[in-house]
Amino acid sequence: MSEAPIFEARDLSRHFDVSRPALQRILAREGKRTLRAVDGVSFAIPRGTTMSLVGESGCGKSTVARLAVGLYEPSAGSALFEGQELAEARKSVAQRRRMQMIFQDPYASLNPRWRVANIIGEPIRAFGIANGGGALREKVGALLKQVGLSPADGNRFPHEFSGGQRQRISIARALSSNPDFLVCDEPTSALDVSVQAQILNLMKALQRDLGLTYLFISHNLAVVRQVSDRVGVMYLGRIVESAPAETLFTAPRHPYTRALMEAIPDLEMAGRDRQPVGGEVPSPINPPSGCTFNPRCPLANGRCRAERPALIPARGTPQTLVACHAVEEGRDGFEARTAA
Amino acid sequence: MRWIHGCAPGVVTEAMSALSRLWDSDLFWSFRTTPTAVISAVVALVCILGAVAAPILAPFNPFDLASLDLMDAFNPPAFMEEGSMAHLLGTDDQGRDVLSAIMYGARVSLFVGISATAFALLLGVLVGLVAGYAGGVVDAVLMRIADIQLTFPSILVALMVDGIARAALPREVHDHLALYVVIFAIGVSDWPRFARTVRGSAMVERNKEYVLAARVIGISPARIMLTHVLPNVLGPLLVLATLNLGLAILSEATLSFLGVGVPPTQPSLGTLIRIGNDFLFSGEWWISIFPGLALVVMVLSVNLLGDWLRDALNPRLR
Repeated sequence: MSEAPIFEARDLSRHFDVSRPALQRILAREGKRTLRAVDGVSFAIPRGTTMSLVGESGCGKSTVARLAVGLYEPSAGSALFEGQELAEARKSVAQRRRMQMIFQDPYASLNPRWRVANIIGEPIRAFGIANGGGALREKVGALLKQVGLSPADGNRFPHEFSGGQRQRISIARALSSNPDFLVCDEPTSALDVSVQAQILNLMKALQRDLGLTYLFISHNLAVVRQVSDRVGVMYLGRIVESAPAETLFTAPRHPYTRALMEAIPDLEMAGRDRQPVGGEVPSPINPPSGCTFNPRCPLANGRCRAERPALIPARGTPQTLVACHAVEEGRDGFEARTAA
Repeated sequence: MRWIHGCAPGVVTEAMSALSRLWDSDLFWSFRTTPTAVISAVVALVCILGAVAAPILAPFNPFDLASLDLMDAFNPPAFMEEGSMAHLLGTDDQGRDVLSAIMYGARVSLFVGISATAFALLLGVLVGLVAGYAGGVVDAVLMRIADIQLTFPSILVALMVDGIARAALPREVHDHLALYVVIFAIGVSDWPRFARTVRGSAMVERNKEYVLAARVIGISPARIMLTHVLPNVLGPLLVLATLNLGLAILSEATLSFLGVGVPPTQPSLGTLIRIGNDFLFSGEWWISIFPGLALVVMVLSVNLLGDWLRDALNPRLR
C-alpha cells in the first residue's frame, strides 16, 4: 500500500438552503428548498499529481474547490487531508499552511488597497515563516522572481498589473506559505489564450520543482488535458466519469463526456456541423430521478430514469470509473467503436 | 527604492514623490478643475482657521469680563453710520464684540460637530462591519435597531438623550458634562447612516476572492474586517462623514437655539443666534444675523465640499 493520498473526498456533499425568508415561505405555503451543489463526490489525489474537475457552469466544481480548503463545511461525507478530517487539520497552523488556493478572477482576488509585497507577505507573516522585515522582504522578492516578476514590483498596487501578471501575484501568494496542496479554481479562465499557456507552464514547472499537488477546476477541456494526471467529469453535483487524462480524451465512456469531447473546437472539424448536448442543465434544486443526465441522454431507458448509477470501473477500460447504466450493460456501443 | 518599511535616507524624496503623486492623482485633478470645490475648500478653511485660532485672531475676548464696557452695548456694525472700526460686526447687549463672539462660538460648534461625527462614524463602522460580515441573525438584529432609530427624527433622539441626561445627572455634574452630552446625543442619532453604508459595502467585499484568500490562510474575522474590508469601504465613508459634519453642526445649533444644547458658559453659534433673537425686532439685527450667516457659510462650504467629494469618488461619473 502506497502512502495516503494528500487529499481525499469521501461521499462529500454540500447542500445550500435557498428557501425564501420564513414569513414569505409560510404565506406561500411552500417548504424549504435545498440546492444540492455537491452530492456525494468521492475522489483521491495522490501526492505530486494533478486531479482536474471539469463540467458545465453550475455543476458544483467551484463548491468542491471551496470544500477542499475548508471555506465550506461539508453537509455530509468527509474531506480528508492526509487521512485527517479537514476541519481538524485546519485547526493546526502547521497543517493549514500546507494548503492554499488560487482563484478565478485575478481582478477580485487581490486587495486593491494593498501593495503587492504586503499581499504576498500576508501568509508569510500569518504563519510566522520569515521573521523580521529583512527576511520577509527577501522571501517576497524571491517569490516574485519565481513567478517571473521583479522584486521591485512589490511596491506597486494590483491595478498597475495586467491580468496575467496579477494571476502570477496570486500564485506567488499561494506559494508563500510553502504549501503542498494547491486548489486552483479556474485559474486561467479569465485570461487571454496566450497568457493562459504561460500560467499553465508556470504551474507545471512549479509542480515539478516543488512537488506540488493540484486540485484543478476548469471548464476548458484543452487546458485540463494539458495539466492533468486524472480527470473527473462533474454533472449536477456528481462525478459521472473519472479517468486518467489520456484515457478520458482518447476513450471517453459516459455519454455526457462524449458529448463534451464532441463540442471541443478543433481545426479538422472546422466548418462542419456539430452535435450539441441537447436541452438545458436541470435545476440542482429539483434534479431528475435516477441518473441526473437522463433527460439529455440519447441512451436513456427506463432503468436510467429510475435508478441512480454507481461510479464503477467501466467495461473495456477498467482504469476508468463511470456512473452509467448504458456503459455497464454494454449498450453504449463501445466494443463496436473500438473494433472498427 | 521604496519598500513596505521605508528607510530613513529616502524619507525626504519619498515625501516629495508622494506629494507629486497626490498632485497628479485623479482626485486632486478633479479638485483643481472644479471651481466650487476650490472655493468651498478655501471658505471652509478660513472658517476652521478663524475658529481654531480664535484666541489669537479675535480682536476681543468675549469671556474677559474686565474688557467689557456697557457703554459699548448695541453698537451697530462698522459699515453703518454709528458704527466704529473697533467692532467690525457691532456689539451685543453686554457690549461684547459680535465678531469675536462668532469666532469663539464657531470653535464650540466645530468641536461639537467634528466630535459628534467622529463618534457616529466609530459606532456606525463598528456596527456596520459586524452586521455586514457576520450576516444572518446578527445582521438582522443590528439593522432592525438601526431601522427603528431611523424612524425617529434625529433632533428628537438628541432631545431625548439630552433630557434623560438632565434628569439623571445632578445639576453640577450635568453643567460640567453638557458639551459631551450634546456630542453623544448628536452622535447617537446619526450612526445608522454610517452603519448602513458600511454594512452594504462589507457585504459586497466579504464575498470577494481576496477575502476568501485571507480566510484560507486562517486570518481571524476581526482582522479581515479591519485590514481587508475597512480600507475598501473608506471612500463612501469619507463622503458621508463630510456631509454629516455639516448636519451635525446644524443639529448642535438647533439644540442650542432651543436652549438644550451647550451650556451658556460656552456659547456656540446656536446660542448666539438665540440670544440675538431677543433683539431682532427691536432693531439690533446684527446680534443674531451675523452668527446665522457664519453658520450658513460654514455648513454650506462643508456640504459643497462633500458633494464634490461624492462626485469625484463616484466611478460612474468619471
